Amino acid sequence: MHAAQVAALLDEPACAHNTGSKSGCARPKPGATAGGCSLDGAMITLFPIADVAHIVHGSIACAGSSWDGRGTLSSGPGLFHLGLTTDLSEQDIIMGRGEKRLLHGIKQVIDRYRPAAVFVYQTCIPALTGDDLEAICKVATADFGLPVIPVDAAGFYGTKNLGNRIAGETMVRHVIGTAEPEPAVEDRLGIVVHDVNLIGEFNIAGEFWNVLPLLDELGLRVLCTLAGDARFQQVRTMHRARVTMLVCSKALINVARRLEERWGIPWFEGSFYGIRDTSEALRAFARHIGDDDLTRRTEALIAREEAAIQAQLRPYLDPLRGRRVLLYTGGVKSWSVVSALQDLGMTVVATGVRKSTEADKARIRALMGDDALLIDEGKPDLLLKIAHDQKADLIMAGGRNMYTALKGRLPFLDINQEREFAYAGYSGMVELARQLLTTLESPIWAAVRRPAPWHRAA
Amino acid sequence: MARIIKRNKALSVNPVKSSQPLGAILAFQGVSGAIPLLHGSQGCTAFAKVFFVRHFNEPIPLQTTAMDQISTVQGGDGNVEQAILHLAKDRRVRAIGLLTTGLTEVQGVDIHRVVADLRKGHSELARLRVVAVNTPDFTGCLESGHAAAVTAMIRDWVPASPAPRRVESETPRLNILPGAHLTPGDLDLLKAMVAVFGMEATVIPDLATALDGHLGAERHAPVAVGGVDPEDFARLHQAKATLVIGHAQESAAALLRERTGVSNFHLPGLMGLAATDQLVMFLHAVSGRPVPISLERQRGRLLDAMLDTHFYLNNRDAALAGDPDWLLGWGALLGEVGVHAQAVVASVGTSQLAESRFETVKIGDLEDLEERVAAEPPQWFIGNSHLVDLAGRHGASVIRSGYPLFDWLGGQALCRIGYEGARQTLFEMANAAVHAGQHRRQPYRSRYAA
Repeated sequence: MHAAQVAALLDEPACAHNTGSKSGCARPKPGATAGGCSLDGAMITLFPIADVAHIVHGSIACAGSSWDGRGTLSSGPGLFHLGLTTDLSEQDIIMGRGEKRLLHGIKQVIDRYRPAAVFVYQTCIPALTGDDLEAICKVATADFGLPVIPVDAAGFYGTKNLGNRIAGETMVRHVIGTAEPEPAVEDRLGIVVHDVNLIGEFNIAGEFWNVLPLLDELGLRVLCTLAGDARFQQVRTMHRARVTMLVCSKALINVARRLEERWGIPWFEGSFYGIRDTSEALRAFARHIGDDDLTRRTEALIAREEAAIQAQLRPYLDPLRGRRVLLYTGGVKSWSVVSALQDLGMTVVATGVRKSTEADKARIRALMGDDALLIDEGKPDLLLKIAHDQKADLIMAGGRNMYTALKGRLPFLDINQEREFAYAGYSGMVELARQLLTTLESPIWAAVRRPAPWHRAA
Repeated sequence: MARIIKRNKALSVNPVKSSQPLGAILAFQGVSGAIPLLHGSQGCTAFAKVFFVRHFNEPIPLQTTAMDQISTVQGGDGNVEQAILHLAKDRRVRAIGLLTTGLTEVQGVDIHRVVADLRKGHSELARLRVVAVNTPDFTGCLESGHAAAVTAMIRDWVPASPAPRRVESETPRLNILPGAHLTPGDLDLLKAMVAVFGMEATVIPDLATALDGHLGAERHAPVAVGGVDPEDFARLHQAKATLVIGHAQESAAALLRERTGVSNFHLPGLMGLAATDQLVMFLHAVSGRPVPISLERQRGRLLDAMLDTHFYLNNRDAALAGDPDWLLGWGALLGEVGVHAQAVVASVGTSQLAESRFETVKIGDLEDLEERVAAEPPQWFIGNSHLVDLAGRHGASVIRSGYPLFDWLGGQALCRIGYEGARQTLFEMANAAVHAGQHRRQPYRSRYAA
């Protein structure tokens, strides 16, 4: 990928902060960088397309250490669980055999696994030696009669965020709009069915299955979730949706924008974390579609679900009320999770904004007040110091910070994509409350904070 | 205080309880040169032998007096005499544990008199230690039978007025009376912990050197190979203290103290952080040595394991079935990490179970256990191999512990005590929960999906 293309991707007109400070898009700083590379970002975005064979073209480090490591779930095919890589050897690189190996690899995976399509991910070494991914994919598509899509997101192009964008851009360029959806299902009980997209929902731990039944009930047919539990065919039809919801992910804003520019599909940003946000997201669908019947049914559903969930949450609220949480997470979750925690009566003492945009920060201030403590860098000892100063009862962050918190003898809740529990939607709130209590009320905390008995007396 | 629900039905369905003779047999496996002799019908012995052979995957020395109808009615003393005289011919037999069964107890034998009479007429028995133990299977359980055997060994082998204490320049010694619930693997760790405080343990009985599953130079023998030497019983008074693990061993411990004057230190169990802390503090005090860095490290590892695993343990349910001391040991560990003992079934009741922090303890069987988890299956069933089917029916995991483990290789090496054993156990439970969770989520397919 050319530098100009990278620059173009980083220039995102739909981003409120495009002209201002780009903390989320800044270049990584040597010696002081956490977080994944572009390849990581691209894989996170696209791997959940479950019937596609995802081949990482590179040496073993890229796929070898990352394959099948995500918590995304599929209701059907599971090709994304396969770790597919060309595993380039020294000889491959020296002798320039990478392209040949890749072409054979594509054939091998098609013959053996019959995927709906093949995505080929570029990595640093072949990008450096000049393997022509586009050309190989073009040849393969022609020879094997199956879409073979190049995803040119080598790690050294930049951050994970950039990789998300490249992945989205690749879908817009190569996949979306290449097929038509099945005709809309006949009206069910007189309900008009509307087609919608979700972008940035990854079905971590199957959590979108907490929400999808509600959309079904409302007559909202999800053409595609990019990319949780998605199929290749679904991605191709995204251009026919009435509206797109951008779920908790500014990183794929470029896809939402391109859908709007090319096919006139409006989009909105929302979250399924928390009661208020879930209801708000459902209302936003109705608002954009502008169907009075849908609006009425949406309100009825919200009233029913909120009442039901409040009843289910009741036993958790007292023990959680007033507990203090230090939230350290990326991007949009910095505010969407704040509102979920507030719905549980908890106090968020600080939130991380390293990957948040100015708009995200504005939403945080709206929720937490102007004095909200925003954490810009997540160095472990700093997190622990803030947790200590703010008298936090719990740190809530991504899995890689978990052991920092635990070594600090602080309760912890994982909210990143490696997690095991489904927190989205109304029913996800009960799971969230249950998991919060599980860690907060564990009897181990007293034990691990107390010195060994032979050190006590002295 | 726990609520104890007594046995309230005629039939025991899938029992939890193993008999007293089994416990006594186990105890004699840990005495060098010993063979238990079960005074009963040959089936008592055959079943017991299979029970332990399958558990340990080792030959188990065990003989029978082979009572039949005639000897049962007309008196079986001759069977006992014959059996003992036969076993005595083999010079490798140094000790015989003569154990009664339900049959011979009901018949009314006085084995102590039988042994005494036999000795009078047979000087060749002078070299042989014969310990008579009453272990009727209509009372008690494996744990109490084990304790009865240990008590009898002390009664017969520990001199009442020991020779004056010699001034020892050798390594300071510690007596250990372990409960039946401690595996060879557990005892290995315990002995290692004693050793790091510069002491040497005499373990009565010592399964760690007998049924640890070890292929060495020893030839096969019809007796227990390894274990505590019977001669060592005469030197127990030289120890600095006696460590007693489990309530079942209390009367054995009291007798030992009476005979030797060595003070006892009681621990109900060795599972979990608090119990191990108590053990370490005791070893620290009795040895006068600082706690070594290795134990500091192990303790830190356990704490870290408690952190890493707590997401999968706290507030989850476990169902347990086993003997009282075994249950109390598990209860201590589970309580420390917030695992709720949803259903507890004990083989027999004890006052300590009644005083425990369990909510309810049912004296009963696996059918009772299953009824108690019918509404909501627990995350784990903890107990012997008989729980495997039960757990399978409820989609739950089994954490193997206790006797018998017949579907599990390496049962003798399982170690659940001390910092290390607790750590491995927490990992095992948490991993079981993680893997169970991965299969629980039901996919949802949209009604509009093509």
